[in-house]
Amino acid sequence: MEAAKTTERAENKLGSFVKNQAIWLVFIVLMIAFTIASPNFLTVNNLMIMLRQVAVWGIASVGMMFVILLGEIDLSVGSLITFVNIMCAMLMVDAGMNMWLAVLLTLAVSTGVGLLNGFMVSTLGIPSLIATFATQTAFAGIALLMCGGQPVSGLPEEFGIFGAERIGVVPVPVIIMAVCFAVGSFVLNKTYFGRYFYAVGGNAEAARLSGIRTGRVNYLAFALSGFFAGLAGIVLLSRTNSGMGNAGLGYEFRVITCVVLGGVSVNGGSGKISGVVAGTFIIGALNNGMVLLNINSYVQQIVLGIVLVLAVSFDSLQRKRLERK
Amino acid sequence: MSEEYVLELEHIRKEYPGVVALKDMTLRLKPGEILALIGENGAGKSTLIKSCSGAVIPTSGKIRVNGKEFDSMTPQLAAENGIAIIYQEFNNVKELSAAENLFLGRPIRKGMVIDKKAMEEEAKKAFDRLNIRIDPAELMKNLTVGYQQMVEIAKAVQQNARILIMDEPSAPLTTAEVESMFKVVEQLRSEGVSIIYISHRLDEIYRLSDRIQVIRDGEYVTTLITKDSEVQELIKLMVGRELTQTYPPRENCVSDEVVLELDGVTGNGDRDISLQVRKGEILGLGGLVGAGRTELAEMIFGAVPMQSGTMKYKGKEIHPKSPREAIDLGIALVPEDRKRHGAMLGISIKNNINMPIYERNSTMSVIDTKREHEIAETHRRNMAIKTPTLEQLVKNLSGGNQQKVILGRWMAADSELIIFDEPTRGIDIGAKYEIYKLMNDLVEKEGKSIIMISSEMEELLGMSDRVVVLAEGEVTGVLEKDDFSQEAVMTYASAAQQQ
Repeated sequence: MEAAKTTERAENKLGSFVKNQAIWLVFIVLMIAFTIASPNFLTVNNLMIMLRQVAVWGIASVGMMFVILLGEIDLSVGSLITFVNIMCAMLMVDAGMNMWLAVLLTLAVSTGVGLLNGFMVSTLGIPSLIATFATQTAFAGIALLMCGGQPVSGLPEEFGIFGAERIGVVPVPVIIMAVCFAVGSFVLNKTYFGRYFYAVGGNAEAARLSGIRTGRVNYLAFALSGFFAGLAGIVLLSRTNSGMGNAGLGYEFRVITCVVLGGVSVNGGSGKISGVVAGTFIIGALNNGMVLLNINSYVQQIVLGIVLVLAVSFDSLQRKRLERK
Repeated sequence: MSEEYVLELEHIRKEYPGVVALKDMTLRLKPGEILALIGENGAGKSTLIKSCSGAVIPTSGKIRVNGKEFDSMTPQLAAENGIAIIYQEFNNVKELSAAENLFLGRPIRKGMVIDKKAMEEEAKKAFDRLNIRIDPAELMKNLTVGYQQMVEIAKAVQQNARILIMDEPSAPLTTAEVESMFKVVEQLRSEGVSIIYISHRLDEIYRLSDRIQVIRDGEYVTTLITKDSEVQELIKLMVGRELTQTYPPRENCVSDEVVLELDGVTGNGDRDISLQVRKGEILGLGGLVGAGRTELAEMIFGAVPMQSGTMKYKGKEIHPKSPREAIDLGIALVPEDRKRHGAMLGISIKNNINMPIYERNSTMSVIDTKREHEIAETHRRNMAIKTPTLEQLVKNLSGGNQQKVILGRWMAADSELIIFDEPTRGIDIGAKYEIYKLMNDLVEKEGKSIIMISSEMEELLGMSDRVVVLAEGEVTGVLEKDDFSQEAVMTYASAAQQQ
């Protein structure tokens, strides 16, 4: 019996190793495949383009990760990115606000929207799927109402710092993304909130009975999701240099894909930031590689859909296997 | 012989890894009788029912239904042979009508469409036959619990059940509903249906049954003719065994200082609970499953608010509104359902032990990881948790070790009053002894106080300094150590209905 337990443990270890590293293997295989298929893929220039493309999703995925760790979902991210885009642009262009002040105010508002989601989910008890779907719909409307459907252009030149400029060969958005991943990792691994996310996501009732105020943890997760979505929106605005009424359309699904692909369980309680980094890179490689290979954009969508299903089924099969024991 | 009985269980044995649920169970049911089945918590009643329904496959033994012999049942076989079971939890669909529930899974159809009208007519007939007044078109969710149960019974009858097994049917019902249920049961008996009636309430058993079968520790004890038996005799038979298990010795270390005092605490299904816990005392809470003991623990721990009454902790009145508040006061709960409420299975031993005190050991939210490790290591050693590393996930530990992790957690949080809800449920014998020793150390060496909820009679009497017995949400008796006896606990535990 003891021996059986030991092999079981070894299997678990092997299983978790495969689970944690498989995602990087997938990434490497993808990179090799695209390198063989297209001579333009593996160049410093193209890799930087690829990373810059995913930076917006990568930044938002840090916030989304906290929400999914709790077993919840935040569908409002895409609309929030659009809203932030318009709001920040109008603050600077129409209200003539100082750039830094506009950025801070925008971040505060997007964090506030996250808190609103937290209020609906935690205090009112609305399922997060519905609550954040409602904010998604509403803020898409608010954004369009604010800009009247017209692009907001004429941003101050120095605003390009967040999205358009580079330090050496590395685009600033990529640096911001890296910092966000580092911050996410710090919060999850070094602060007590990090422990709370895993505890509440794994078993909310046991966490509550251990003295965790689970409501606060919920608020925090949605607030973080709002904050990182806000930051992603600012980076996007800076890169495109004009506020668009549909800038973040469908982004929530890209962001969710990055997180889930990275092995964060949609049932909550498990996942690592390194996985999310890998998930984001894979989405980047797929997007970029398929464009280089001139793959029809509709087909690209199909591929992304399949990738999402594969990622989630990996997690649920794992879970089923554990339950059968 | 097979003519005489409709259902016979012969020497049924059921083993689970490490546990024998049924040792040697025999049961004989005559046609048209009500056979009451009684026994303590854990005597093997539910395993016995499951053997009849096909949910459990016995390790050995024979089941004979109307003379046909089987090694084990399956749900289909049980249904074909006219066996139906009314569980405590109903298998109904709340959003469908009574009639649709009656025909759940085998609706009357007209071609492809279900024939609602025909079902309602048939349901009406079925209800009329049992003298139940239910509108067949009424949605299940609008019916009272009593009527929902009636629908279950009607469903069994509709499916030609000749053997009806009822598992504590009166437990969820009000007094008036119980009365109507009795009428239906008696009606069924008069139609020749044989009934196994499981209940803790002795008054019901005397009111309804023809014979009483007593079981204990997975074994058949005896069968009595109801009208020739006496309550005291029954109680003796149920608890019957000698107290054999030994408990680690403990010096009497109960001081006069009252740590917790409840006065008229009401809420969460409990009424007017008053009791005292002293420093260094293990106060046992006895009673049947569902007597309201866990509910009381939840109120003391702040998991569920109390509605009225006062709670004094170390002389100060308290109103814990969340577990967090209770924990900060020094109150801890070791829950019954370890896997769902106690341990956080998916995270490490270290994190589990530190969970309630992370905020205390953080500066600007950043955890002092060195201290985190030291605390976990200290309590791993004190509790003798068997593990190669503190990073081990709690789900990979045995039940006993999981329980020790939870205990370690409360020691790390400096808890002074620890409520144990069924402290050794699902823990093997060796680990049980260790848990008992740890509990002794807590009161003896550390001067802590313990409230121990236990449905195991031996554990309750073996470990407690004093026992308070609850029945149906009320205190029905208090026993000092000198008055401890299984019969006394059992009498108080089934008292509420008799008086």
